[in-house]
Amino acid sequence: MTEPLGPKAIPGFPRHVRFQFDAVRERWVVLAPERMFVPDEQAVEILKLVDGLRSVESIAAELAARYQAPEDIVLADVAVMLADLAARGALQVA
Amino acid sequence: MTLSPPLGLLAEITHRCPLQCPYCSNPLELVARSGELPTETWLDIIDQAAALGILQIHFSGGEPMARSDLAQLIARADQCGLYANLITSGVQLTPETLAPLVAAGLPHVQLSFQDIETAAADTMSGYRGSLEKKLAAARHVTAAGLSLTANFVIQRENCARVPEMIQLGLALGVHRIEIAHVQYHGWSMVNRSRLLPSREQLDAVTAAVEQARAAHAGRLVIDYVIPDYYADYPKACMAGWGRRFINVSPAGNVLPCHAAETITAAPIPNITTASLAEIWNESALFNLYRGTGWMAEPCRSCERRELDWGGCRCQALALTGDAAATDPVCSRSVDRPKIDAALAEAASGDADLVYRRYGGAPSLSAVIARSGATKQSRARDGSGLLRSARNDDKK
Ligand code: SF4
Ligand code: SF4
Repeated sequence: MTEPLGPKAIPGFPRHVRFQFDAVRERWVVLAPERMFVPDEQAVEILKLVDGLRSVESIAAELAARYQAPEDIVLADVAVMLADLAARGALQVA
Repeated sequence: MTLSPPLGLLAEITHRCPLQCPYCSNPLELVARSGELPTETWLDIIDQAAALGILQIHFSGGEPMARSDLAQLIARADQCGLYANLITSGVQLTPETLAPLVAAGLPHVQLSFQDIETAAADTMSGYRGSLEKKLAAARHVTAAGLSLTANFVIQRENCARVPEMIQLGLALGVHRIEIAHVQYHGWSMVNRSRLLPSREQLDAVTAAVEQARAAHAGRLVIDYVIPDYYADYPKACMAGWGRRFINVSPAGNVLPCHAAETITAAPIPNITTASLAEIWNESALFNLYRGTGWMAEPCRSCERRELDWGGCRCQALALTGDAAATDPVCSRSVDRPKIDAALAEAASGDADLVYRRYGGAPSLSAVIARSGATKQSRARDGSGLLRSARNDDKK
């Protein structure tokens, strides 16, 4: 299993990875060279906040506030999900 | 059941190429410049592809950089939200030729390598000094901030150097490496007995790839393609006929795979007489081998039929004379002995390489004699007889 990202880590999309809405299939996709990922609904909400500036904990704080969920649980989910995409080369982490 | 839209478009925008690789899987009869689609038609194809649901476009050929409108096509793809991939030999890639492509929004380049030794690379590309130009091209691509895949095309002469190829890829700073054994279609079929590795050579390459994957996990993606002649089951060619991909030839033929011009059971649709959506949804060619309904035994009742979709139709046609037959690579096919015979023949193969060039194709009877294939009279003519998936391309 991949290690979750640390709370201070800053994820971003590399220039060669595109996170975009697929209007024909009405879903979000992550496009990379010869690869495509279809994030689930929860992952989409996380990825919409990935901008190369926000840290993992700030993304988690925003989502926790939005959905009135406990911040530590949201943080754990966010850190695992982002680490998984990073391990597959779809995110870079600063 | 509603038909899902396609995901990828292989845009073979030209057959022109400065190289002459004897493993090229382009058809034996190449489309001349005068037969190529004009820019406006390609722009229209890109618009139609996006509307149909295609998400990735692969510009290939021949050498796509041989067309002067490449940047214009990439820009249109980018505007339409298509992820563009340039599949190139790199010998024409300089900072000057790359800059307009980067400005057009190109995210990724796939650069093919024949070898990592100068003389051997010259022999396998028919182009003097190819390696040096490719190494320079790789540096230009990464310097421009694009993602780079190095594609090493493997055959018996270079397979011992796979560990060094992976080292070279790492040194060049690539994100992805393809170690792709030649697949036998088009020009590579003509040269098959000179290119097929032995079982021992194949095993050594596989071991080298596995070792490198473990050593560089998380930092480098290595995609590995074996020669399907050594497999027990066929590859899921194009992820299944008419399921995911559309291929458009330089002359505008719209095909389920690069080799489908060899299929004679249905007319070949062309983009100048029908829309991409009509061809995808309704054409006889795309529906011919779609799904599993067309299958005979042993595929029809096989538990793998939705894993490999019965293998490659064009390989079945080329080697058995029947495009609806089980891929002869399959160990359950009655035609498997034809593959074993080709492997045995290759063990003693020392014919001269036939280079890919316009008008350079051997006669049909010579191809058949060299390949040991039989019953090819159903093919419409000598052109593209044995053609299928490109060898510097990922299926
Ligand atoms: S395989 Fe070689 S000859 Fe064929 S298109 Fe690619 S670079 Fe050109
Ligand atoms: S019999 Fe047909 S479906 Fe079964 S493994 Fe062989 S090719 Fe695939």
